[in-house]
Amino acid sequence: MSRKVLLIEDEPNITEAIRFLLTREGWQVETHAEGTDAVQVILAARPDLVILDVMLPGKSGMDVLRDLREHDEMKVLPVLMLTARGQSRDREMAEQAGVSRFMTKPFSNTEVLTAVRDLHAQASQS
Amino acid sequence: MATLNILILVCLGYVVLLFGVAFAADRLAARGGGKWLRSPLIYTLSLSIYCTAWTFYGAVGNAARSGLEFVTIYLGPTLVMISWWWGLRKLVRIGRSQRVTSIADLISSRYGKSNTLAVCVTILAVLGGTPYIALQLQSITLSFSIFAEADPTGLYREGSSVFWVAAGLAVFAILFGTRNLDANERHHGVVTAIALESVVKLFALLAVGIFVVWGIAGGLGPMMDQIDASEIGQWHVDAGRWTTFIFLSAAAFVCLPRMFQVMVVENDDESHLRTAAWAFPLYLLLMSLFVVPIAVVGLDLMPEGSNPDLFVLTVPLSQGNDWLAMLSFIGGFSSATSMVIVTAMALSTMVSNHVVMPIWLNTQEGTASVSGDVRTIVLMARRVSIAVIMALGYFYYRLSGGGAALASIGLVAFAGISQIVPALVGGLFWRGATRTGALVGLSVGFLLWIYTLLLPGMEGGIIPASVIENGPFGWGWLRPQALFGIDGIDPMVHTVMWSLSLNTIAFCVASMLSFPSPLERLQGAQFVNVFDHSAAPRGWTGSVAQSEDLMIMTQRILGTNPAQEFFQAEAERQNGRPGRLPEPTPQFLERLERELSGSVGAATAHAMIGQIVGGASVSVEDLLAVADESAQMLEYSSQLEAKSAELSRTARQLREANAKLTQVSMQKDAFLSQVSHELRTPMTSIRAFSEIMRDTDGLSEAEQTRYAAIIHDEALRLTRLLDDLLDLSVLESGQVSLNMGDASLNEVLDRAVSSALAGGDRKLSVRRVRASERIPLHTDLDRLGQVFINLISNAQKYCDAAEPVLTISAHDVGGQVVIDFTDNGGGIPPEAQSMVFEKFARVGSDKAGGAGLGLAICREIMQRLGGDVAYLPGQGGAAFRVNLPLAYRQAAQ
Repeated sequence: MSRKVLLIEDEPNITEAIRFLLTREGWQVETHAEGTDAVQVILAARPDLVILDVMLPGKSGMDVLRDLREHDEMKVLPVLMLTARGQSRDREMAEQAGVSRFMTKPFSNTEVLTAVRDLHAQASQS
Repeated sequence: MATLNILILVCLGYVVLLFGVAFAADRLAARGGGKWLRSPLIYTLSLSIYCTAWTFYGAVGNAARSGLEFVTIYLGPTLVMISWWWGLRKLVRIGRSQRVTSIADLISSRYGKSNTLAVCVTILAVLGGTPYIALQLQSITLSFSIFAEADPTGLYREGSSVFWVAAGLAVFAILFGTRNLDANERHHGVVTAIALESVVKLFALLAVGIFVVWGIAGGLGPMMDQIDASEIGQWHVDAGRWTTFIFLSAAAFVCLPRMFQVMVVENDDESHLRTAAWAFPLYLLLMSLFVVPIAVVGLDLMPEGSNPDLFVLTVPLSQGNDWLAMLSFIGGFSSATSMVIVTAMALSTMVSNHVVMPIWLNTQEGTASVSGDVRTIVLMARRVSIAVIMALGYFYYRLSGGGAALASIGLVAFAGISQIVPALVGGLFWRGATRTGALVGLSVGFLLWIYTLLLPGMEGGIIPASVIENGPFGWGWLRPQALFGIDGIDPMVHTVMWSLSLNTIAFCVASMLSFPSPLERLQGAQFVNVFDHSAAPRGWTGSVAQSEDLMIMTQRILGTNPAQEFFQAEAERQNGRPGRLPEPTPQFLERLERELSGSVGAATAHAMIGQIVGGASVSVEDLLAVADESAQMLEYSSQLEAKSAELSRTARQLREANAKLTQVSMQKDAFLSQVSHELRTPMTSIRAFSEIMRDTDGLSEAEQTRYAAIIHDEALRLTRLLDDLLDLSVLESGQVSLNMGDASLNEVLDRAVSSALAGGDRKLSVRRVRASERIPLHTDLDRLGQVFINLISNAQKYCDAAEPVLTISAHDVGGQVVIDFTDNGGGIPPEAQSMVFEKFARVGSDKAGGAGLGLAICREIMQRLGGDVAYLPGQGGAAFRVNLPLAYRQAAQ
């Protein structure tokens, strides 16, 4: 069974690193680097999991997540959020917006992999 | 035979009694008790200091010499009391409402507070009063000498006794006349003591009279027969002298300083005048009742040549009735002491208020504030004045030798003091009377009095006999006792006629010819219409209806709650009736005035209560004081306004500062957040790829190389970021030191272009007009180059044209070097143009690795160099203009 992850991140080197890690885990990795049309891309791609950066060109990750959760079929989609700003206020905002897991950059590869595995396992069970 | 020593002891005892009475009365008055101290009876008795030793002894002597003429001295005051008491009431009312302290003060106050007038009246009063005091001292000495003749072994020594009497009286006057400075100048102690003395002297004279009629003459019938047989019984009335004397005594009764003191200044209640109007004439009648019998019996009994002035003493003594003689002595002593004490007090008030204080205040001018000392200075001035006046009386007595000349002094003094009458009466009833009029009239009368009466009457010939007989320089019409050739009339009548008539004429004419000052006019109206301006005769009196008005006024001033609390407390104090308005008793009104004066000032409080209760007129002084207070309050409130303006200015500044701080703090947060993001992003890549390289087995060679290159690039990016941050921080803090150098603009541009193009990997063509670049510069060449490199690199990174071209053009425009960097790309969208110089500002998706600090650094550098850098809209592509002031170029030349 093919697992699909959608990575929305504007920093090419970080995108490449995560793609490398998750591909080796057996994930099908799709990427996107814009905030503006991110919701449409997610709706169209129908991934099993989304990794979302906060600082995106055009539209912030927070707004993308908030809009995404408006869609009924997207309420339970696991979303892992990454931020480089590292302020506690961001974590609160993300939780209110309906994030599944929140991580601060720089992260260790193991952390990301563990988070992705956990989120996927929870989603599969429910 | 009573020994002289006993007499001296009795005298001392009597004086001690007077001290005691005066002291007790003062204490009682100070505690607010002793209603009887302010009774009409005490007032009437105090008026009888009119009867001095001159009256006590002299009336009998006068009767023995000139028959019934002595009656004139009693008739004058009696006529004033009975027929003119409404005039006296006006005088008393004015005295109260204007807080007058003496006759000099009254005259000065009426004529616009003229101190010149006050000084004139004071001099007149002292000149007239000094011989009068001497006369009293003489009477005491004479009466002592009677007892001394009868008892040569006694302690009495004539010379020293007068001195001790004078000194003792001075001490008494100082002790009770200047104990405190009361605003209304009342001395209950002294007044009570002289009232007692009045009783003593009346009692003594009546006792002698009764003894003479029933003890010697053998009853009323035989007495009348004896009088009819004597010369005194024959009515002999010299119309001129009688009229003159009645007028003089009437004038003296009103104008003499001591009379004014007891009648006006010490008056507590003007209704007392009603009682005095009949009681005082009655007193005078009793005083004169036995004068003729004593004189007749004395002439009959005593040996030829004995002094009729002393019959009151010698007749009882000759009959062996020592105790009666002693009583009579005490009566005479009383008359003399009371007169001397009150005169000294009244004169000292005038001297200190109108002579000493003005001089002292003048000398103190400029030496800061004197208010604290004035009180003690005034008291000291009064005490010294009393001592000086007593000393004057004493020396006058010593110099005149105590001869018979003193006997006529009483009338001479009367004639002098009566010169005040035109100014006084005119001032009370004629609004047209002016200061000049009063001054001229007073001077004319005063000089005539001195020339025609005082000097000729003096022993020792101050005016040579030739002048009296032939006039000065032989001008007959100026003979002192026969002015204008009118000869052959009594000197006294002559003086009074001429001095008073010329005085009055001068007063009227000068008043009509001169113009009163505004203050004079106001005071004139206050005096003449005193009954219109002031209603109730008492201090503060009123009804409950007025209490409501007072309550309303108080609420306005103190506020509702404090006013109600105050009124309730007052109501409880009065018979414990809370919940009702307090009666407006004088005590309550006084406390209210004090309470209000704390808020609006004493003068205003007094005037306001006066308006409601109507107990006192609002004098010009009150109004001036109110104006003063208002001015002070205005100044105070303008100070307050200035303070509050300052406060609100400070508050605004604080608000602005706070807003700025808040903004700065938010900017700092945003900046830190941005810095965090810019640092974490490359670190994330570095960490991720270094972990991949560490943890992943079997990475291909190409993969390894690629990932190591990424780590390397990201590390460089971090370094650049840190360099930029440090650079910006130094530039913003202003701690950067400029390294000035000289070069041509084209050299700086050459280095910048080559440096920028070497660092970048994208292709960029740079077009320059080298001819225009030959501009010498004096500036920090490295920093300027840094700005140029930044602008060229930006074009290299962001110009989106297929064939990127950057045009650099330089101009020398109006004292400035202007360098434009324009590329052929799409430019910066208008909404972002204002943002490009902010930190971390990036336009669009910036993947060129810049942190967005470059332009911010450029702006900081140009500011340090005295110029600026700005985005130039409307040039097709992105365009930046660098301005550098010419001053730097000139400095290089």
